[in-house]
Amino acid sequence: MTHPIPPGSRDVLPEEMRELRAIGDRMRAAFEGAGYGEVHTPALEYEEVLLRGDERAAGARYRTFDEQGAVLALRSDMTIPIARVVATRYAGAEPPLRFSYVARAWRATDRGAGEPREFLQAGIELIGVPGTEGEAEVIALTIEGLNAAGLRRHRVGVGDGALYRTLLASFGVAEEAHLPMLEALSRRDLVDLEHQVDALALADRDRDLLVRLPQLRGGPEILDEAPGVGGLRTLHDQLEARGVADRVIFDLGLVRELGYYTGPVFEVYDPAVGFTLGGGGRYDNLIGRFGRDLPACGLAVDVQRVHLAQAAEEALA
Amino acid sequence: MSDGLTIAVPRGALFDRTLDLLDGLGVDTSEVRSNDRKLLFADIGVVTMRPTDVPTYVEHGSADIGITGKDVLMEQSERKVYELLDLGYGACEMVVAAPDHGDPIGDALRRLGRVRIATKYPRVAAEHFARTGRQAEIVEVKGSVELAPLTGLVDGIVDLTATGKTLAENSLKVVEQIATSTARLIANPVAHKLKAEQIDVMTERLRG
Repeated sequence: MTHPIPPGSRDVLPEEMRELRAIGDRMRAAFEGAGYGEVHTPALEYEEVLLRGDERAAGARYRTFDEQGAVLALRSDMTIPIARVVATRYAGAEPPLRFSYVARAWRATDRGAGEPREFLQAGIELIGVPGTEGEAEVIALTIEGLNAAGLRRHRVGVGDGALYRTLLASFGVAEEAHLPMLEALSRRDLVDLEHQVDALALADRDRDLLVRLPQLRGGPEILDEAPGVGGLRTLHDQLEARGVADRVIFDLGLVRELGYYTGPVFEVYDPAVGFTLGGGGRYDNLIGRFGRDLPACGLAVDVQRVHLAQAAEEALA
Repeated sequence: MSDGLTIAVPRGALFDRTLDLLDGLGVDTSEVRSNDRKLLFADIGVVTMRPTDVPTYVEHGSADIGITGKDVLMEQSERKVYELLDLGYGACEMVVAAPDHGDPIGDALRRLGRVRIATKYPRVAAEHFARTGRQAEIVEVKGSVELAPLTGLVDGIVDLTATGKTLAENSLKVVEQIATSTARLIANPVAHKLKAEQIDVMTERLRG
């Protein structure tokens, strides 16, 4: 007789639990040490409140009802609950505000896709520091947190989620052609993207830039090859000042799926594993949707994936 | 390969052309050609496998890059791999085919409201019929798909054809084209960033 648990969820037994706990504790200590106080918010929230943060994430949520028939939803990340906390509990507080969390979130998964339904995230949110100064702080602290967790070769990829869309608009590409191109970009189907770009019949220079952009990734030198990346260049200077520039890879084709990002987006990698460890970005409009207009950015990693990377690094050593 | 990349090479129809391509990049593939039981050639960074397994190894990062058919990528569209280059060889058509007398697919749709289709590509087939507004019952088979309509199991098939010869020998004809499939170069998303230079050099030379 079997007693199944839903695919994408798992039981954690003591030996693994000790290691996961150690990673979470070390990252928590690194975040607290940098002034990012830990917060906890309810796993279940009113769905209509979460939807104020991001309508597009609505399909990914697990829902239930309370005794009065109000719809409750399991949070699918910690960024939206923290945006709510900032706008309500810190309505009059002087920014900047710094928060961290080591908390579970839930997302619906395709059956058999192997994606986790429940996952433990360790992350930080920096509220009220606009522009590259905020982004550099968040990237540097994430790198430090992963150092504390025991990783040695991790890197952060940095792109600009709005760059490709801005370029398309500046080349006069019709609005209705954007979506299929951005979808091909987000899948990094460069063959399909090149076909779509060719079909636009643009001037050679514009065409080449649209084809080349998703392949531009590496050190700050790639920023010389694209227009509209002044912000990323400033970010590089600040990362250099913080001594972490060599841990960052600029990736001009990077886009992230979540709908609330407004500028630079981040992903975290380790060479020992083939999947991303986490991600984040700048979300300057999100807290405003809850009533307090403040710029913000954040980054989170999946603790279990950090654990897998750490184990793979040990196996290589 | 000597520059530290591991490449997943498909055995089967794309095998010889893929090895020719690697020869052109200066990789010594003579051992791969002469030993068809050995699967891993660590010294030259080559792993060989069925084409349908290539996206699995590349998605996980066990291989940094790989070569497989577009047909495989269409069927496994949930795989998180980057598609970098159309290599052009191994061209095949993904088609709907049916017995060459009458119109069995049209007849089934008119009289029974749905058509039965056998295929090794259940996702591609289901999406094609959904996109064209027709109800289809997809029957997944593992072996020779051409057999299925001949025995009355289904009304038609969705399959890959290069010359149409096998179809004709089994009294089947192409009734619709779905897509053209060629060999594609794919990459693991993390390797694409962390081994950017090696992957770019390789992509440029293959594009060459």
